[in-house]
Amino acid sequence: MKGENLADTIRVISNYADLIVLRHPLDGSVRMAAEFASVPVINGGDGSVHHPTQTFLDLYTIRRESHLEGLKIAMAGDLKYGRTVHSLCHALSLYGAEMTFVSPPELRMPPEIVRDLQKNKIGIKETDSLEEIIGDVEVLYMTRVQRERFPDPEEYEKVKNRLRVTGDLLRTADPDLKILHPLPRVNEISPEVDSTPHACYFEQAFYGVPIRMALLALALGVIE
Amino acid sequence: MKEKWNLKIQAIENGTVIDHIKAGQALNVLRILGISSAFRATISFVMNASGARSKKDVVKIEGKELSVEELNRIALISPKATINIIRDFEVVQKNNVVLPSYVEGVVRCVNSKCISNSSEPIKSKFSVFQSEEEGVTLHCLYCEHVISEDIAENLL
Repeated sequence: MKGENLADTIRVISNYADLIVLRHPLDGSVRMAAEFASVPVINGGDGSVHHPTQTFLDLYTIRRESHLEGLKIAMAGDLKYGRTVHSLCHALSLYGAEMTFVSPPELRMPPEIVRDLQKNKIGIKETDSLEEIIGDVEVLYMTRVQRERFPDPEEYEKVKNRLRVTGDLLRTADPDLKILHPLPRVNEISPEVDSTPHACYFEQAFYGVPIRMALLALALGVIE
Repeated sequence: MKEKWNLKIQAIENGTVIDHIKAGQALNVLRILGISSAFRATISFVMNASGARSKKDVVKIEGKELSVEELNRIALISPKATINIIRDFEVVQKNNVVLPSYVEGVVRCVNSKCISNSSEPIKSKFSVFQSEEEGVTLHCLYCEHVISEDIAENLL
């Protein structure tokens, strides 16, 4: 707040706390913080790169509510800037997932991530239509399309309404389909979906509590 | 003709000659080596000289032998360059540049939101890879952005 750099802030906080959880708008900021810290640093989200604690709770949710091995998953919304999906697809590649990326062309998954996944022999499909894929997936991971990514508000309105989960859309879904969302949502999941057996996002938010408790305990050496 | 040629590329007594630089890249070679106006040694270079097969650039640094680590950075922009160490007008060592697996403080990350482009007290850091499909690529160790082209344009 007084214009000091992050490196100094981290060095000071290292003297005050046993552990640092950092959320920062710049890409790679947490990795840099870890270089300067003398205590463990947990990434609470850096720019549009990673959100690993969200990924841990996403994996836990998927394991509890569906299954991890060979999962057919679609990730939809802002795949370009959405750090939760970047971290999640790297993690799911360890479990041999089949991934479908659903987004408008301007918000596609970054090519370097797609390349990494393909190198790991992960099956990938890209589309801009939820209708096209809803019957073929076991988990649908929705993300919010952020208004600030669009210079033209009309363009935002068009995209926002194209990627929307409604009761109608779910008519052709697998009965066991689970819908996840890192929250907050705006209008990408219609409230009528909340009461269906597909909706998992509030349970998912709850799982964030024990998962982060476990991560803190691990980082502090309370558990091994 | 011969005399004019000698004026252009005069032999040096001691130092480093970087030969077979990709035509047009001599100034970038100086940048990648961190050679600026503060550098005290005499530097001469030729651009677009006629080589055996095609045009090339040549850089000569008098009275200074640069380290292998410094010189290998040249591979980022000119992978076929050769390094000749000269002592008493003789070439005592001749090597091809070898692509380093890691570079620090040499290239700017093209991602404007990368922490390495902020005012933090850090240098850019990249892992270097080479493949047939993509050529030389730099992977930012902070933001994970990949630079696959325009490496020369982003030299620090």
